[in-house]
Amino acid sequence: MPILMDSERISRSLTRIAHEIVERNRGVGDLALVGVRTRGVPIARRLAASLREITGVEVATGALDITLYRDDLMKTAVGPQPIVRRTEIPFSIDDRHIVLVDDVLYTGRTIRAALDALIDFGRPKTIQLVVLVDRGHRELPIKADYVGKNVPTSRRETIHVRLAEIDGRDDVTLDQAEGERA
Amino acid sequence: MRLLLKGAHVIDPASGVDGARDVLIEDGRIALVDVAIPPSETGHTVVVELGPSLVVCPGFIDMHVHLREPGYEHKETVATGAAAAVAGGFTAVACMPNTNPVNDSASVTRFILKQAAEAGLARVYPIGAVSKGSDGKELAEMADMREAGCVAYSDDGRPVATALLMRRALEYAGMLGLPVIDHCEDKTLAGEGVAHEGFNASQLGLRGIPSACEDVMVERDIVLAAMTGSHAHIAHLSTAGALRAVRAAKARGVRVTCEVAPHHFILSDERLLAPLAYDTNLKMNPPLRHAVDRDALVEGLSDGTVDAIATDHAPHHADDKRVEFDRASFGIVGLETAVSLSLDRLVHAGVISLARLVELLSTNPARILRVPGGRLQAGDPADLTILAPELNVTVAAAAFRSKSRNTPFDGWPLRGGVAATVVGGRALFVNPGVPQVAGLGRA
Amino acid sequence: MSDNAARLRGKDLLGIADLTPSEISLILDTAEAMKEVSARPIKKVPALRGKTVINLFYEPSTRTRTSFEVAEKRLSADTLNIAIATSSVVKGETLIDTALNLEAMSPDLIVMRHASSGSCHLLARTCRAGIVNAGDGMHEHPTQGLLDAFTIRERKGRLQGLKVAIVGDMLHSRVFRSNVYLLAKMGAEVWACGPPTLMPAGIEQMGVHATTSVEEAVKDADAVMMLRIQLERMEGGFFPSLREYFQVFGMTPERVRLAKPDAIIMHPGPMNRGVEIASEVADGPASVILDQVANGVAVRMAVLYLLAGGGDDETAA
Repeated sequence: MPILMDSERISRSLTRIAHEIVERNRGVGDLALVGVRTRGVPIARRLAASLREITGVEVATGALDITLYRDDLMKTAVGPQPIVRRTEIPFSIDDRHIVLVDDVLYTGRTIRAALDALIDFGRPKTIQLVVLVDRGHRELPIKADYVGKNVPTSRRETIHVRLAEIDGRDDVTLDQAEGERA
Repeated sequence: MRLLLKGAHVIDPASGVDGARDVLIEDGRIALVDVAIPPSETGHTVVVELGPSLVVCPGFIDMHVHLREPGYEHKETVATGAAAAVAGGFTAVACMPNTNPVNDSASVTRFILKQAAEAGLARVYPIGAVSKGSDGKELAEMADMREAGCVAYSDDGRPVATALLMRRALEYAGMLGLPVIDHCEDKTLAGEGVAHEGFNASQLGLRGIPSACEDVMVERDIVLAAMTGSHAHIAHLSTAGALRAVRAAKARGVRVTCEVAPHHFILSDERLLAPLAYDTNLKMNPPLRHAVDRDALVEGLSDGTVDAIATDHAPHHADDKRVEFDRASFGIVGLETAVSLSLDRLVHAGVISLARLVELLSTNPARILRVPGGRLQAGDPADLTILAPELNVTVAAAAFRSKSRNTPFDGWPLRGGVAATVVGGRALFVNPGVPQVAGLGRA
Repeated sequence: MSDNAARLRGKDLLGIADLTPSEISLILDTAEAMKEVSARPIKKVPALRGKTVINLFYEPSTRTRTSFEVAEKRLSADTLNIAIATSSVVKGETLIDTALNLEAMSPDLIVMRHASSGSCHLLARTCRAGIVNAGDGMHEHPTQGLLDAFTIRERKGRLQGLKVAIVGDMLHSRVFRSNVYLLAKMGAEVWACGPPTLMPAGIEQMGVHATTSVEEAVKDADAVMMLRIQLERMEGGFFPSLREYFQVFGMTPERVRLAKPDAIIMHPGPMNRGVEIASEVADGPASVILDQVANGVAVRMAVLYLLAGGGDDETAA
């Protein structure tokens, strides 16, 4: 179970990404962060904190549950349904630069669903994508704008992102597993 | 033509026989019941070695069946009903008059008897209607129907509508020496009910039929039987309260008798919930009652309060049952399951003896209806039911001789079955699973 | 996987009686997420895209049918409405024949309202499609029970330990049964009140306190729920007059004052003002009657979503 990122490395990556966001958008004026549930949400909050430190501005932050937009939702006739959780975007996304935040970028299907979901909330000026880890193997033409770490993987491997807010500790590990996440 | 049944356990409560005996049948009649009858030297005698594991009893009589003919031949006919009877161990059945037309006249009675004679299976005793069309208003021609062959009167399917009509019917039937059989249900209390009123029906949202609707009517009939001195018979008694009333009335010397149906002494209303909720094969009238009622019936069977086991055999086409519960027809078939159910749940369960079972299924029904049989008496027609009490059987509705399959007991494994049914000396049913009776089939 | 995925054990929702407390919580939690969908500018998600839902209504019901229809559309399902007046039922087709005909069109879910108790059980045994009971006779109306619980939970933050008074015709009410089963399973204390002629036999065994005193039922209640009184019941001799019913059991402002100060007033609709409830109460600040309607859509979306995954009983969450 090799550790790819420890707490400090995660923290440094997010700080760097926060700077890149400010640089690319020339400030945070029309910016809002939207974390993809589950682990995109605390990452978005951490980015918001960094952005506040850098710019002194409180960036609006929301949470997006993409379950109802998944393309694999009804493919299996038998089996449990993924739990639907609340989406909380307590601000208008119209004409804003939306920074979508997720933990791992893999096939791209989650992000596809997130884009569909976001667009149902309004018409943002741009949508940019932050991921903590990009592990490759894209199945859709999707690319992250900000990446914490690129990790070459095989499909048989699994990336586990743990965050203190949810898992009690921070780290990213690479596991040899029977691949349970798409 | 002689038939000698050897070595069986013979039970005849009427004569007090309960042990190893041989039974000799000559020309369709019982010639002799005795210990070790030697085969006659003259003439041809078929000897069938039954052995001690089989029980020979006077033929069973189901005093409450619905044969549906005339009028509902898609459900059952006299012939298919009589075939179901012999397959179930019954040598005779008494059929209720709620046909179409109602058996409220000698011509319908004669028609039923003609159909029964043509079938040549179980004996069929028609029960005539109390009122014309069983509509509860005017008395039917009771004397005329007795002349034609009716053995009792009933408006079954419905109660005898009013106290006045019941009084008149008892008085008139008393003159004729026949009983009035009443389906005891106060319709105003029963309303649109489809299941026993109580917690279980309430959970299922089914309209209730309270026990009181039976209790009230049984009490009425007892009062009127006492007043008229005539014989009232309570059909398919189902409640603890009605049983108490009958027990007390009998103690006072009132001429009242009663029957219970196997489903009422075996099942209770929690079955409506599971394993199959809203199973329309559990819909009958009276409904499956509370477990307390069921237990009371079992006690009544054991202590002698209950006179007879009768099936209330009520065949219905699958279309009448494959519908919403409240739209389904009331009733289940019983002829081909009653004996095994009774052996398993009463005799093997230790509730009653085999001799008591014979009383309930043969001796008493014959006495109540005043028909031949119910005993093994030299000179009587040789109507015999031969039981295999240790035979393991599985109820198979698909194999029923009845036209209908509406039973909640399908697939039930039971201990005890019918080995053979002999009517007038002829073996009309021989169970292929019982090798000892194979010789009867050839007799 | 168990914390990220969950399911109902059966393919159908026939009644609350069949649900476990965790299944009930799953539906209510999912409904919370669904409620947010209804607050969006585009009130529609693609979750049931390509799924066919048939609404089979043998009894007229504007409210429930509309609520299901909105829920289905918000989940992007294809919906088909069959009402008794426009179906072959008038020609006497049996429920099973109708079911087999509908089944031939491969629906994923059938939502049925029917006058016979247990009719949804019959349908569920006949069809591969999942069956959602939208009210069967006097038996159950599970989505109503769920939306009532959702509404209480939304206002009170919990169900456990609350006192809920239910007043009205309990005998004929499927809403009563679903609410009693649900609230009892979730640990609420239910008081049931009405004339003894309108109480089902064995009501005490249902886990409720039964009383004919509306004051006793309402006293210190957290929620007061009225059940509809139908005029036919008076004609059926269950009580002498609507006027007398209102006098003895009607929910008046004076009676509401016996409940907790923050008690909520509920009614599954349609209401008979001046019979079971005074207008001042129905329209008063404590009334959540319109919230119930809004929550109905969210709860039905949750039920449809959770059942649309289909499946057998083997892999219970």
